[in-house]
Amino acid sequence: MIRFDHVWKRYPERGDALSDVSFELQAGEMVFLTGHSGAGKSTLLRLIGLLERPSRGQVIVNGRNLATLARGRIPYHRRQVGMIFQDHRLLPDRSVFENVALPLVVTGLGPKEVGRRVRAALDQVGLLKRERALPVALSGGEQQRVGIARAVVARPPLVLADEPTGNLDPDLSREIFELFERFHQVGVTLMIATHDLALIHALHHRTFTLSEGRLVNDSGDD
Amino acid sequence: MARRPPRRSRAPDLLQLPQAWLSHHVQSAVATLGRLLGAPLATVMTVAVIGIALALPAALYVLTENLRNLVGSWDQAAAISLFLHRDISDEEAAVVAGRLREWPEFQRVQLIGAEQALAEFREQAGFAEALAQLTTNPLPAVLALFPQPAYAVPAEILNLQERLGQLSEVDFVRVDTQWLLRFQAILDLSQTLVLLLAGLLASGVLLIVGNTIRLEIQNRSGEIEIMELVGATASFIRRPFLYAGAWYGLLGGLSAWFLVTLAVLGLQGPVARLASLYRSEFPLAGLGPLELLTILGGSMLLGLVGSWIAVNRHLRGVEPG
Repeated sequence: MIRFDHVWKRYPERGDALSDVSFELQAGEMVFLTGHSGAGKSTLLRLIGLLERPSRGQVIVNGRNLATLARGRIPYHRRQVGMIFQDHRLLPDRSVFENVALPLVVTGLGPKEVGRRVRAALDQVGLLKRERALPVALSGGEQQRVGIARAVVARPPLVLADEPTGNLDPDLSREIFELFERFHQVGVTLMIATHDLALIHALHHRTFTLSEGRLVNDSGDD
Repeated sequence: MARRPPRRSRAPDLLQLPQAWLSHHVQSAVATLGRLLGAPLATVMTVAVIGIALALPAALYVLTENLRNLVGSWDQAAAISLFLHRDISDEEAAVVAGRLREWPEFQRVQLIGAEQALAEFREQAGFAEALAQLTTNPLPAVLALFPQPAYAVPAEILNLQERLGQLSEVDFVRVDTQWLLRFQAILDLSQTLVLLLAGLLASGVLLIVGNTIRLEIQNRSGEIEIMELVGATASFIRRPFLYAGAWYGLLGGLSAWFLVTLAVLGLQGPVARLASLYRSEFPLAGLGPLELLTILGGSMLLGLVGSWIAVNRHLRGVEPG
């Protein structure tokens, strides 16, 4: 599903964010990505979502070498990747429904089908009753669940989450991870960057540890 | 992998695709108009600026066309007036007229005898009493000469003027076309001015629309970033901005038409009064349907091009961070 082949990412002002990272991820795997702040977790995820391109090496997602992907094909690649952010990245002036509908609307899907799929996604994250609310009216945990619904509404085969529980208390974090477990069980490939070591240990999934841009540990599946 | 295979049955087939595409564009156009009307003050300001900018050349065009109509109605006016000596009788004048009719230069020669001239003068208000005091007719016979179009150019007219002056019966020659020719040249100049002004203000409209769209892109950069993150294509993101530009142009063109029409209606009365002082009628012409279409089409195109430039310059700068 994802293959990194000696990938380097260098920023002119910060130096190497990733150094010689190689790994392979099978379809349907759920992987934790851990390490200190600035270890390169976000950079790794951004390379997969094509928010950035590597300085050296190759990133292959779903059999496609991202280096050869033309600019005009990037949107179609991103439709295959659901992205979840620590700060949710919701549109404050749009309702929960409209926020979740966005990935479907941009594909030109008809309004009836959009409505059906958005409600299915909101139902999965337990927010069906809040579809008319604006994001500010929701708690932090609820906002993150809206972000998750938006990431999965178009049923992408791959979901990336960057510190999804960074601002949440342990109970809410557990709820979020239970959601990820459910996606994992239906075959979605997940890559979750997190600090939350307690949850990582409790859930027994493959874990990548990054340190100063290097992949220092790749614990196998349990 | 996806939990379920994508629902191919729901995807539009090739026959339905143009229809879906069209309905998406209609939706997009309507939604964009709705967004513009949702911020009425900002929209009215932009539209008014475009309207005023376009109304200026349009008004000058209307003025030029009306003056052209006016000159056209004067084409029948005498080109050369030949004043004969006062001792030439109307009968002798008719003989002169007969001779001049033989000249190939003239289309028509009209004799206004001294008696006829006096009669016409009496009809003019105020002259009757004055003329009653006179024992003899002070007016000479006049020949109105209408040159063939080929001779109605300044050089030929001057040549004719000289030759006619040499005739023994002629007291003096007055050329009426001189000012008409000059006026024609002024009209041509003002037409060029209309084009120049239109070009200048059209680029102004491009800048106005471009700047408005640039600000809108800035205001909505967060939304644009999120749309890029979830896989919106560049054309999908561009579309509402292009429609906004086209709407600005169209509404601006409509308001330009409205302003010019308002001005024409307002001037209708004063012009009619002025014309009546010249014992004439002159209906002031406004913008016709063809001209309205030209303005609307042109302004819409300007709006579209203006937003296109802004979108291509500034949308590239918005990248998901």
